[in-house]
Amino acid sequence: MLELRNIGLSLNGESGEAKEILRNINLTLEEGKLYGITGPNGGGKTSIAKVIMGIFSATQGQVLFNGEDITNLSITERARKGLAYAFQNPPRFKGIQVEEVMRIAKPGIDEMSIRGYLRDVGLCPEDYLARDLGANLSGGETKRLEVAQVLAKESQLTIFDEPEAGVDLWTIQKLINLIVTRHRGGANRTAVIISHNEQFLPVCDELVLVADGEIQEQGPTNAIWPLIRDDIICDCQIRNQCGGGFYEVQPS
Amino acid sequence: MIARYVISVGVVFMKYSPLDSKLLETIADLHGIPQGAFNIRKDGEGFRQSSANIEIIPKKDKPGIDIVVKPGTKDESVHIPVILTKSGLKDLVYNTFIIGEDADVTIIAGCGIHNSGEDVSEHDGIHEFFVKSGARLKYIERHYGQGDGTGRRVLNPTTIVTVENGAYVEMEMVQIKGVDNTVRNTDAFIHDRGALKIIERLLTHGEQEAVSNVTLNLLGLDASGQVLSRTVAQDNSNQLFKAALVGKNRCSGHVECDSIIMGAAQIRAIPGLTAESAEAVLTHEAAIGRIAGDQLIKLMTLGLDEQEAIDTILAAFLR
Ligand SMILES: Nc1ncnc2c1ncn2[C@@H]1O[C@H](COP(=O)(O)OP(=O)(O)OP(=O)(O)O)[C@@H](O)[C@H]1O
Ligand SMILES: [Mg+2]
Repeated sequence: MLELRNIGLSLNGESGEAKEILRNINLTLEEGKLYGITGPNGGGKTSIAKVIMGIFSATQGQVLFNGEDITNLSITERARKGLAYAFQNPPRFKGIQVEEVMRIAKPGIDEMSIRGYLRDVGLCPEDYLARDLGANLSGGETKRLEVAQVLAKESQLTIFDEPEAGVDLWTIQKLINLIVTRHRGGANRTAVIISHNEQFLPVCDELVLVADGEIQEQGPTNAIWPLIRDDIICDCQIRNQCGGGFYEVQPS
Repeated sequence: MIARYVISVGVVFMKYSPLDSKLLETIADLHGIPQGAFNIRKDGEGFRQSSANIEIIPKKDKPGIDIVVKPGTKDESVHIPVILTKSGLKDLVYNTFIIGEDADVTIIAGCGIHNSGEDVSEHDGIHEFFVKSGARLKYIERHYGQGDGTGRRVLNPTTIVTVENGAYVEMEMVQIKGVDNTVRNTDAFIHDRGALKIIERLLTHGEQEAVSNVTLNLLGLDASGQVLSRTVAQDNSNQLFKAALVGKNRCSGHVECDSIIMGAAQIRAIPGLTAESAEAVLTHEAAIGRIAGDQLIKLMTLGLDEQEAIDTILAAFLR
């Protein structure tokens, strides 16, 4: 359904010189499956999502969606073809209200359905429908609203970038259930969850481990998850920029 | 007395063209004859109706009207739109508003210019408000220009507001589109426990120029004043915004100017704070910037194209 072929990405850093962010990314997502992407901070997970969505244009390689080469399509065109991305850090708006953004996500949606999506992410519609998507929302509220928007969009492929980040402990299980049930709702939708969460990752069908701008491992969850959980991959394969493993505490 | 006014207004209304009606709708949400008191001024001539509690009296010495709201009047509104449809007309009016003690009213003003000729069409309104103690006033003023002529559309409002003890005034001043030159001067004098909130929203495009000078004199004990300005400058347009707070007592004041700049436009925002009392608390914030790229991208990921995303963000910003 979606295929990344030999994707490379270079971006200009703050000093202006190009930095290689992604290298040799080959990934095939099949219809109806739930994928988890994990890996260390700065490894390139969000960058992969942005290349799929067209927010970053790949410096190399191709993006195929339902067999069509969409590498040169704009964000808007990809969104209209059935791709959706829930931002890791959703931007804030002045004056745009929750109800309005839900209507942008799904033109023609009725108010009942909007209320339903808000309830799905644990927000009381009475309190949030008319709220501004501005600076007054808390971090967790912003993330929940972001999830509500992409769910309302009902896209064929939806990427959730750390949907659980900043969301309280009591809600994480509900959020997992929501994404899993929506995804497995029979509509043959595909979802990608970028996550660091130990509850989220095991429910996925397949896992992809990204570090240092490359895919280090990918495969069925039952094969990959134990490696990640038991730190087997971390110790021997992932190196951070300083050359070491992460969080190595020196004995005092 | 009232009946006679209604009849004369009815006759006058029949002379209104679809263009007039459209202008009235844009600036004052008017669909037909308004309820209650009103004064409609078209090309320098006014037609009016008073109500039991709100009297509209034409001035004898100069063009304009006195609007006198009886003390204690509640939940009434007054419409006072002005429309200019003749190219080359220069219209000057002096309006005085007296809002009686403990009244609570809304005044909807506004000026629409349709200029399809080559000459300048100009409306200069000098509005003076006396809001008596304990009264509440909401004043809404919308400015709008249209017409495909080369003649400039000019609007220069001067507003002088006296907020007496314990009165509350909210003024929303909006310049929607199509006004080529505007210089707006606003001076306010706020007494004990009086409060004034000015919300200014302005969009300039093409070669338009807009200047706004606002001065809030916080005279009384616990007086408070707020100026919130949201503006968008597109193309080659030019905006100058000066907001001054003068605190002469234990008082509080806040100025916020927030602007989106596009194309080759220029914006200058100059907030000024003067404290003449150690107990005055005065603050300001000013920000000018492009539309944030991440906001555009976010809306595009929901399926809007770039222009739709820009329009959505600007409309929301100016709302
Ligand atoms: N717009 C950008 N310009 C330049 N460099 C960028 C940009 N965005 C990200 N990077 C860099 O690309 C690398 C990968 O970032 P990315 O956001 O994809 O990581 P991530 O795996 O999502 O990390 P995290 O777990 O912290 O969210 C990082 O080194 C980051 O600094
Ligand atoms: Mg990330």
